Amino acid sequence: MTDTNKDGSGGAAPYALELKGVSKSFGLIRANRDITLAVRPGSIHGIIGENGAGKSTLMNIVYGMHVRDEGEILVGGEPVDMRSSADAISHGIGMVHQHFMLVPTFTVLENVMLGSEGGALLREGRQAARDRIVELSERYNLRIDPDALVGDLNVGQRQRVEIIKALKGGAKILILDEPTGVLTPQEAEQLFEILKVLRDRGVSVLLITHKLAEIMEITDAVDIMRQGQIVGHRKTAETSPAELAELMVGRKVLLEVERTEANPGDVQFSASGLGYTNSQGVVELQDISFEVRAGEILGVAGVSGNGQTQLMEVLAGMRHLTAGSISILGTEVTPATETNPRIIRDLGLRHIPEDRHQHGLILHFEARENMILGVQDSDLAGTGFLMDPAAIEANCREKMRDYDVRPDAPRHFAKNFSGGNQQKIVIAREFSANPVVLLVGQPTRGVDVGAIEFIHKQLLALRDAGCAILLVSVELDEIMSLSDRIMVLCDGHNVGIVDRAEADRQTLGLMMAGQKREGHAA
Amino acid sequence: MADFLYQLLLTFDATLRIAAPLILCAMAGIFAERSGVIDISLEGKMLTGAFVAAAVAALSGSPWLGLICAIFASIFMSLVHGFACITHKGNQVISGVAINILASGLTVVIGIALFRRGGQTPTLGRDERFKPLDWIGTETLDAVPLLGVIYRQLISGHNVLVYLALLAVPLTAFIIYRTRFGLRMRAVGEVPEAVDSAGVSVTWLRYRALIIGGVFCGIAGAYLSVAQGGNFVREMSAGKGYIALAAVIFGNWRPLRAFMACLMFGFLEAATSRLQGVDLPLIGEVPTQLMLALPYVLTVLLLAGFIGRPSPPAAIGQPYHK
Repeated sequence: MTDTNKDGSGGAAPYALELKGVSKSFGLIRANRDITLAVRPGSIHGIIGENGAGKSTLMNIVYGMHVRDEGEILVGGEPVDMRSSADAISHGIGMVHQHFMLVPTFTVLENVMLGSEGGALLREGRQAARDRIVELSERYNLRIDPDALVGDLNVGQRQRVEIIKALKGGAKILILDEPTGVLTPQEAEQLFEILKVLRDRGVSVLLITHKLAEIMEITDAVDIMRQGQIVGHRKTAETSPAELAELMVGRKVLLEVERTEANPGDVQFSASGLGYTNSQGVVELQDISFEVRAGEILGVAGVSGNGQTQLMEVLAGMRHLTAGSISILGTEVTPATETNPRIIRDLGLRHIPEDRHQHGLILHFEARENMILGVQDSDLAGTGFLMDPAAIEANCREKMRDYDVRPDAPRHFAKNFSGGNQQKIVIAREFSANPVVLLVGQPTRGVDVGAIEFIHKQLLALRDAGCAILLVSVELDEIMSLSDRIMVLCDGHNVGIVDRAEADRQTLGLMMAGQKREGHAA
Repeated sequence: MADFLYQLLLTFDATLRIAAPLILCAMAGIFAERSGVIDISLEGKMLTGAFVAAAVAALSGSPWLGLICAIFASIFMSLVHGFACITHKGNQVISGVAINILASGLTVVIGIALFRRGGQTPTLGRDERFKPLDWIGTETLDAVPLLGVIYRQLISGHNVLVYLALLAVPLTAFIIYRTRFGLRMRAVGEVPEAVDSAGVSVTWLRYRALIIGGVFCGIAGAYLSVAQGGNFVREMSAGKGYIALAAVIFGNWRPLRAFMACLMFGFLEAATSRLQGVDLPLIGEVPTQLMLALPYVLTVLLLAGFIGRPSPPAAIGQPYHK
């Protein structure tokens, strides 16, 4: 599957790290299938894929945190039975995890010492550890105060501590899992400088990311992962962001949906200059503007993790916008407005959340109870102080029939329905309120083919009935077959909005790589 | 005035005796909780220790053998707790409560089966208990005013387990702050992932912390039944384990501060019994009811935030899943 390019120079030198046919399953989910890849010594090797493609699982296997089911791992040409992180460390592999493995109440020195204290009493190894920190920070330009409390450091500094931890035992292979996800652009630049120094001093760096710009900027070679498999290997110099984006998202059989021409009416739902900065001060959405008219579907495309989730949650009132404004049926929502999902719903916006298990359903509640979630104060649940079980059950039964939920058992727990039927419960609840503005996230994720067709038809029917719909999906085909216009997000920015007619894969692929704006997305 | 000072001295003396089991249990609690395991079962472990110590001392005639057996019994209870909530990732509070109920019932049942005295153990003779140690020089120092009395009452004249309890505090502080094990244990209570990714076993660290806690609880139990008291009485731990746990929280999971909290609880209890009906200078006679209520009033006030915001170990109560 991978074409391990053997260029003339390094024929004899063994790979720093080699995987052969590695597979891993969690229960029925096959997180990694038959992974084969090879990392050259002293290079920066990228692994790119969408969220959930299996990158982190793969790296945890290499680092011994998960034990592979099948396959071989070779370090420096020698097969290694990787069973724990202690195995990985002893073979010179260090890892900087996506979520930092640091104790905030400890000093930098204590964090670095942890696991290799150099004796039963801390006094014995403290000076050696301090010397090692100073030595590493000088050699790799990782400035850090050994006595600072980690809890007081900023994210970029914490990452440096993690890198020092990974390198302290003389690691020759350094894995970084989504290292820039929590960094500001300036901190990311500093990190890349550090990685280049590491490479030049002979360390092999494995960079896991879903950001195309990073791969293009810093790696020497890249493997592309999709749905637990490696779907391509490229030398960075010989590929393009558009090609990588296409490989990551993949081509799927286009489901043909019968659709009529859109008949857009007035603007029902719009955003202008919308921005969101999270509590850590990282800008996640910036200057996003769009309009959705009655009777039209605006699709939001992009490689996952480029701000789609944040956009959905801000629009639905689950997070508070920090800049710009949203307009729902003429009512303005600004950073000064008090919002929560209920206020937004009362303005007339209904929401099919991306993650139905977290936000759409309560899995340990019965279907009939889920069917009135969020509208439990309306007459659907009975009038007066008490709930009316008969009305609740009748309401559920009716909607299950209308939306073909199987089995039509109002008293089954939500967790006992299949993914498709769970989604139909959410859709039945939200669609049956005849929404005028609808926010839809990943409507067919984890849903079987039959249900996909049903859900797509329902969405188009709602559009034809005059609803203004914003559809977010990482399935490009879904976006292309349902949307009337398509907005592309990259790195929290709106790259542009194109009409359905002009949207082909190539254009969208380039836009998903952030190519409409000047230079790469920083 | 001299009489008041003497009363105060006697109160301090009683404070130490009351606080000793609290201190031991609090140190046990610090080990468990700093490693991330909630330890409601201090109470049950202490009660188990008290029964085993008294029973073994009664059967063998040796308080030391009683102490050793109490320690092992208490460690066994710790292992049960660990098996439930470390190995099998059960709820730590429920496991702790279960151990307390188990200890409360089991001690009485076995007590009745062994001694047929309604759950009590036979009263121990003088040689079957830990006796007060009179330190050298007590007699000579008696001649010195003030110092002599302080030496006789406060410093000398306690049994060996009280001194052991006092020793437990610096020992705990040393282990936690100065040793490799302590560093790892504190880390495992904050961010177990960090310890795991450093290639150190989270499970084994937490077990070791619980075992050390078991040792301390066993000593505390033996103190109740073969040092302070002369036999085992059902439910003789009487909530001391919970008070020790409160001291751990007051002390912000730090040995020295928890020790101070134990002394405070001990002092309040001692004062309650000793100062009833006594005329205090300036204040006059304090109503008994107020004295009895004081420890609880203070507890509520302290918990309400007079001691500042507690900062418990971040991973406390959470079983570690990879």
